[in-house]
Amino acid sequence: MNPSPMDPRPSAKKDRIDSLAETSGRGGTATAVKDVHVGAAGKVKDTGGVSLIASAWARLRRNPVFLLGLAITVVFVLLALFAPLLAPNDPTKRMPELLEDLSRSTNPVPGPEAGFPLGSDDFGRDLLSRLIVGARQTLIVGVFATLFGLAGGIILGTLAGAFGGWVDSLVMRIVDVMLSVPSLLLAVSIAALAPRPSQWTVIIAIAVVQVPIFARLLRGSMLAQRASDHVLAARALGVKQSSIVFRHMLPNSLGPVIVQSTLVLATSIIDAAALSFLGLGNPDDRQPEWGQMLGASQQWIRDYPHLAFYPAACIIVVALGFTLMGESLREALDPKSRR
Amino acid sequence: MLRFIVRRLVQMVGVLIVLSLLLFLWLRSLPGGTVSAILGERATPASRAAMEAQFGLDQPVWVQYAKFVGRVLQGNFGPSTAVLPGRDALDIFLQRLPATIELSLFALAIAVALGIPLGYFAARRKETFLDNASVVGSLIGVAVPVFFLGFLLQRVFAIELGWLPVSGRQSTGLDATRITGFFVLDGILTREWDAAWDSFKHLILPAVTLATIPFAVVFRITRASVLEVLDEDYIRTAESKGLTARIIRGRHILRNAMLPVTTTIGLQVGALLAGAVLTETVFGFAGVGDALATAFRLRDYAVLQVLILAAAGIYVIVNLLVDIMYAVIDPRVRTR
Amino acid sequence: MSPTTTADPTPTDQTNVADRDKARRWREGGSEPLLRVRDLRVTFQRQGQEPFEAVQGVSFDVHPGQTVGLVGESGCGKSVTSLAIMGLLPQRGNKVTGTVDYEGTNLLDLSDQQMRDKRGKDIAMVFQDPLSSLNPVVPIGLQVTEVLERHRGMSRKAATPVARELLDRVGIPDPDRRLKDYPHQLSGGMRQRALIAIALACQPRLLIADEPTTALDVTIQAQILALLKELVEESGTALVMITHDLGVVAGLCDEVNVLYGGRIVERGDRHDLFAQPRHPYTHGLLASIPRLDAPRGQRLTPIPGSVSDNLPWTSACAFAPRCSQPIEVCTQKMPELEEHHQRALRCFNPVEATR
Repeated sequence: MNPSPMDPRPSAKKDRIDSLAETSGRGGTATAVKDVHVGAAGKVKDTGGVSLIASAWARLRRNPVFLLGLAITVVFVLLALFAPLLAPNDPTKRMPELLEDLSRSTNPVPGPEAGFPLGSDDFGRDLLSRLIVGARQTLIVGVFATLFGLAGGIILGTLAGAFGGWVDSLVMRIVDVMLSVPSLLLAVSIAALAPRPSQWTVIIAIAVVQVPIFARLLRGSMLAQRASDHVLAARALGVKQSSIVFRHMLPNSLGPVIVQSTLVLATSIIDAAALSFLGLGNPDDRQPEWGQMLGASQQWIRDYPHLAFYPAACIIVVALGFTLMGESLREALDPKSRR
Repeated sequence: MLRFIVRRLVQMVGVLIVLSLLLFLWLRSLPGGTVSAILGERATPASRAAMEAQFGLDQPVWVQYAKFVGRVLQGNFGPSTAVLPGRDALDIFLQRLPATIELSLFALAIAVALGIPLGYFAARRKETFLDNASVVGSLIGVAVPVFFLGFLLQRVFAIELGWLPVSGRQSTGLDATRITGFFVLDGILTREWDAAWDSFKHLILPAVTLATIPFAVVFRITRASVLEVLDEDYIRTAESKGLTARIIRGRHILRNAMLPVTTTIGLQVGALLAGAVLTETVFGFAGVGDALATAFRLRDYAVLQVLILAAAGIYVIVNLLVDIMYAVIDPRVRTR
Repeated sequence: MSPTTTADPTPTDQTNVADRDKARRWREGGSEPLLRVRDLRVTFQRQGQEPFEAVQGVSFDVHPGQTVGLVGESGCGKSVTSLAIMGLLPQRGNKVTGTVDYEGTNLLDLSDQQMRDKRGKDIAMVFQDPLSSLNPVVPIGLQVTEVLERHRGMSRKAATPVARELLDRVGIPDPDRRLKDYPHQLSGGMRQRALIAIALACQPRLLIADEPTTALDVTIQAQILALLKELVEESGTALVMITHDLGVVAGLCDEVNVLYGGRIVERGDRHDLFAQPRHPYTHGLLASIPRLDAPRGQRLTPIPGSVSDNLPWTSACAFAPRCSQPIEVCTQKMPELEEHHQRALRCFNPVEATR
């Protein structure tokens, strides 16, 4: 039942994960070859110390796509860190100035006025402040969902990749089943298990979806590592199995994992919004989060589309930032694309 | 070839067994479970116990699992509790399925028709402005939450401009004949051209919305795959033969680059289904995805069981078909 | 190492004399050169990196029917030279200057379309790795007939028997069946034969073979070389043989150009070159070949170092750091390629003539 390496085509999802995993196995060699080639140019230049990361960075520095992604990400993280300082008002307080204009029947969502450039939400709270503070909560959801997914993936993937055999078979069967359920459906199913939805049920639901992806990724690159020369050499020298796994295989498998994490940061933010939209998000809006704001705005979408537009724009820009960064990282680390 | 298919079939059965187990455990651990869902707030310990006995919930877990599997194999999932109360859950699924298939196929067609040529041209102009712009463009497609895009398109093209219908599958009052449940196809088969055109117009916005998901994937896989093929020695051989650019593109680049793209297209099923949940909700498009969203919101577990099992089942079966198709189109696998 | 290298590379005296006559005829203007490469330079330029000149002013002639070898280690610019002649270098990121004169036209001036008309028809090429050089999803037959359709205006139907004939001529058994086969169904040697059939399909006047035997088994290497030699002699096709293997050169080439670091360092008739290598690099290459007739216990003498030790040609002899007999001037200025007695040599301190 175990798919052999000769399997003509695993699924595209798996395939994509596996091809990313392979990049870790080949990265080192490609650098070496490249260095020799530079040497052949007759240039007197010290190329001995060029690591995979350094050469990837040299390529990324000139990549406009990467730089755009990086800039967006940096702005977003800074915004999240300093949100309380930047927000002009308390995002949870119903502002008297806004409440004055708010009327359930005639003006449920007051527009912009002095001191409130984006106007109010449907409770008389300052929309701008909620958006700014929302950056922090959005980052928290993204980061924790990624970390939990990564942790689960590392445990499963390391087990499978390090031991092989039946452990590998068992773990990979479970992973395959998880991959066979469309990711949003899986997240929704997990979220539905919680008796009372909260921020953490959202995070866990999104994280669980990432576990099989990370697991397969790590296993793939560890298998590539296991067959690689430096691990064989370590084994021949009698290095303990545990040190081989933790000192040699795991660190060298991290490149693709970092790439995937960057991409997952983007999808978790989008998925959080989708969960909110389907009524499975965090109902507690004292700590605003963009996905939650977007999900909650749907009841006003006909008459007050700006309530959806602002958080959606934030999500799109930030998700794009992470995705651009992740995709260009992937390309930079892929030895096949360097020429 | 036959051995390969048999092995994949065995593998598929394994996945489905594990899946049924997970689904069973999932249903059991849902808050309140079936009993609370039916009894709601009025549940007393006595009525609970009676209901549990009725559903066999007082029996050992493995007996319950066996019964669950038995019911699933018979296609007996029980009546819907909330989506269409009283209707058989499987019936609801089967009745909704054509709408989703129609929507998904249309979306996939859009994605393929745009994704493959764009992916090819981006690869041929690697690292130029056109390439960077289309890569960023496809990633914007990934970054936009699908349901928000749906709202946006609905707002602009249906509400503001009024070019296309806002929601639904067909205008009310249009008494069209039903044959297959695929409304556009029905219209064509019965020669009710206005019905076909009307259904087609209803399909455009949801399909474009849904298409962004597979489009991004098809575009990127095509681009990556063409880039890889361009680096191959046999392309240099083809150039060294002085062949025309047209032959090199069609016979040598695309014929090879399309192999991974074909698999990818087949495997967009999962993503399409997930996207359909959001898209159909936005456009009130009465398909499986819309039913699924409703079932989740109203905790209709009978319908959920069918839909989740069907989603995974369809995914696994399409996976198998794609593998077989791949084996057929790649001579290296076919003639092994 | 090919089997021919283990044998004595010096041929018998009769062929020696005959070959020399042939060589003299070519050089003394018995015919106009078919291909005249002059001061060919190829510079690779990538954004943000220093430009790198892979070929630094290479000049050589190929006469009709002549076989010319380009020999050197990997990275010496021999493959880049061949791709530049064929116009097959990537369209962006490189600059090619100099002239590649083919029957009076400078190929470097031709448009993409004009070059497409020449490639495969007048000039053809055989590549190193026969598996990766054949399209895996197109049957062998079509890969042969498509050249005939393109350049000889034949229909697929008319081209098929010709393709069959070609496969038969390059020694592929059961060609009818092989026409329908895919590359992975053929053995390595058969694939290379198929590639040769494709290259010779339109009877080109010039064939460039880029390490055609490197990826093959030793026993197959000799067969392929013999086949190439036979076909070339039969049809009077000129051949540029690119190789790092001196054994190939010894068996096949009329004239040999030794490249080092993007420049020609020594050129000569193959017999002269083998008998009396003057450049220390050529000498080193020959000395590093194991010989059956060497006394027992004699050590092999490899060339020390690697190409990464090279000095830039502009200010010194690139080979100086690895040279067995460098003198002071070698690291101070560049030696010029000087022609004398039908040989060319780029060295300040050549190896003494032993005879």
